[in-house]
Amino acid sequence: MTRVYVEGVGLLAPGLQGWAAGSPVLAGREAYAPAPTVVPASELLPAAERRRAGLPVKLALAVGQEAFANAARNAGDTATVFTSSSGDGENLHKICETLASAEREISPTRFHNSVHNAPAGYWSIAVGARAASASLCGHDASFAVGLIDAVAQVATEDTAVALISCDQPYPQPLDGARHIAASVAIGLVLTPKPSSRSLAAIDITLAPKDGAESTMDDARLETLRLGVPSARALPLLAAIAKAAVIGGIAGKSGKATLDFEYTGALKLVASVSPC
Amino acid sequence: MQPLAISRYTLANCLGAGVAATLAAMRDQRSGLSRCAFADVELDTWVGTVGALDAPVREELRAYDCRNNRLAELALAQDDFAAAVAAARDKYGATRIGVFMGTSTSGILATEEAYRRRLADGALPADFNYSQTQNTYSLADFTQRVLGLAGPAMVVSSACSSTAKVFGHAQRMLAAGFIDAAVVGGVDSLCLTTLYGFNSLGLVSPQPCRPFGAGRDGISIGEGAGFALLERMDAAPHAPRLLGVGESSDAYHMSSPHPEGEGAHTAMRRALDAARLTPSDIGYINLHGTATPANDASEDKAVVRLFGEKTPASSTKGAHGHLLGAAGITEAIIGLLAIANNFMPAGLNTTEVDGELKTDYLLQNREGRVGAVLSNSFGFGGSNCAVVLGGAA
Repeated sequence: MTRVYVEGVGLLAPGLQGWAAGSPVLAGREAYAPAPTVVPASELLPAAERRRAGLPVKLALAVGQEAFANAARNAGDTATVFTSSSGDGENLHKICETLASAEREISPTRFHNSVHNAPAGYWSIAVGARAASASLCGHDASFAVGLIDAVAQVATEDTAVALISCDQPYPQPLDGARHIAASVAIGLVLTPKPSSRSLAAIDITLAPKDGAESTMDDARLETLRLGVPSARALPLLAAIAKAAVIGGIAGKSGKATLDFEYTGALKLVASVSPC
Repeated sequence: MQPLAISRYTLANCLGAGVAATLAAMRDQRSGLSRCAFADVELDTWVGTVGALDAPVREELRAYDCRNNRLAELALAQDDFAAAVAAARDKYGATRIGVFMGTSTSGILATEEAYRRRLADGALPADFNYSQTQNTYSLADFTQRVLGLAGPAMVVSSACSSTAKVFGHAQRMLAAGFIDAAVVGGVDSLCLTTLYGFNSLGLVSPQPCRPFGAGRDGISIGEGAGFALLERMDAAPHAPRLLGVGESSDAYHMSSPHPEGEGAHTAMRRALDAARLTPSDIGYINLHGTATPANDASEDKAVVRLFGEKTPASSTKGAHGHLLGAAGITEAIIGLLAIANNFMPAGLNTTEVDGELKTDYLLQNREGRVGAVLSNSFGFGGSNCAVVLGGAA
């Protein structure tokens, strides 16, 4: 079992516009009202980079910025793990369209935006982060793959790590081959030790896959969870939201044990408890 | 970090399939680059190609069939690698061995081809299987199934640093106790996206690439696969070793390196620190050395600042091309071959080293005991990784 502490959260999803607005909904204290994800333009990037950045970059920067603001931690010093099932589907579509045409010249910006680590690259430029950064993929299990990788780094290097997970829909015709229902991005600042800002502790273990997967109580949030790989994080965020509320109430345990789809014959088990 | 045993390794690239083919080409100072005749690509450039790769992957995994996974399967069949993994599986259990793969473009060629066969309504053909070919995770999923493993798996995709960084991910998962052994490595295969993409940036050479050379004018894109089995030292005390991994980000530009090699320097220093070594312990540096004017100038500054001008170094990309996401694992394995066979491979195609560059760049193979090797891999997005390798005890 490996323990980390959640110091800051960022969130962008349909009807969950930021952690401040979304956490009472996830904690079950306010009703969920679906609405399209609104992706803010990032003021973090220099103008030239802002023009070139695709949707995944904007999603990642928005939740990363929010998570670090909530953690009151300097993003420039902190290692990052980015995870995404999809990458930039719009950009991929344009490149494949061009390569299938007679005129195959693709633009340099399209090409450098095509790398899976584009959000990581833009993030490091935006916040001046020279620390290690990883860009991962685990298909539908991308969030869990990123989470355990970040946890292993927090634990073995005794350092804070920001986990940023994002996905967005593909345009047609790719949508017909791989449907992702909405734009969803999650940011978590994870630390090896508790601080006055810690929202919850998470203990991570791997266990044999048994079909169990934690779900959302609200049917519409459950549909969202199943429709977007990054939204598989929603049960964890709901448990963090509840733990953060209960943390101040004496005598309440508020501990939640959650199961996540992972790889091979394993599931990832996360026990969330108040700090 | 605690050193890890590299108890088996294998690779395939334009020099051939299996470590013997790559070793023989290095010994003979023979390049595998050829004029580009890939698909219907009309670019005046050279590539390192494995060949037709026209046999589909094994029947039970046919859904994963694409050029990238065919190349993975080819390499996994060499050097008794699968047998070594099977023995590890019997020892540790299938869920206790992680699979850490790197790739930059995965099976994108399958999508490129599907876009040429769109149906009347614009849809992609029914036989196009996105998740098992193009999705970035496909390679780890496929490799895990070929090897009969069932534990943690992931794909690292940070362009040309991907398969250097897999060593760091595996090391951390081992140290955290989530696994007892790891298969690391990765694959990149020829596709139109990288050929036309690097061409759009003006970064492909019309000649075989000449790393660190005077008048160098760009890369030669190659394809390749490489895999290594990592275990704790007590499991294989006489195996060569992974001694250190160092990672950094440039925070400078998406497709140009920091001009002073700041991020490269940080990654190399962190790798030495992780290995608890000093620069003088390194006997040979396998440079990233892509042969673009800016990349090599940046790397040279970083190397000279950390090591001075006396540490022998070369880029082996003149032999096998720039394997992009597969560069890190391929060049780490070449580092292991250098250590095991007491020679330092020459940088091919370069006849005259750029007078502005101060690294001790090898134009001929050099014989002698190598000691520890440092291998550099740097990618788009300013993603840097250096790996330090050592010989058997």
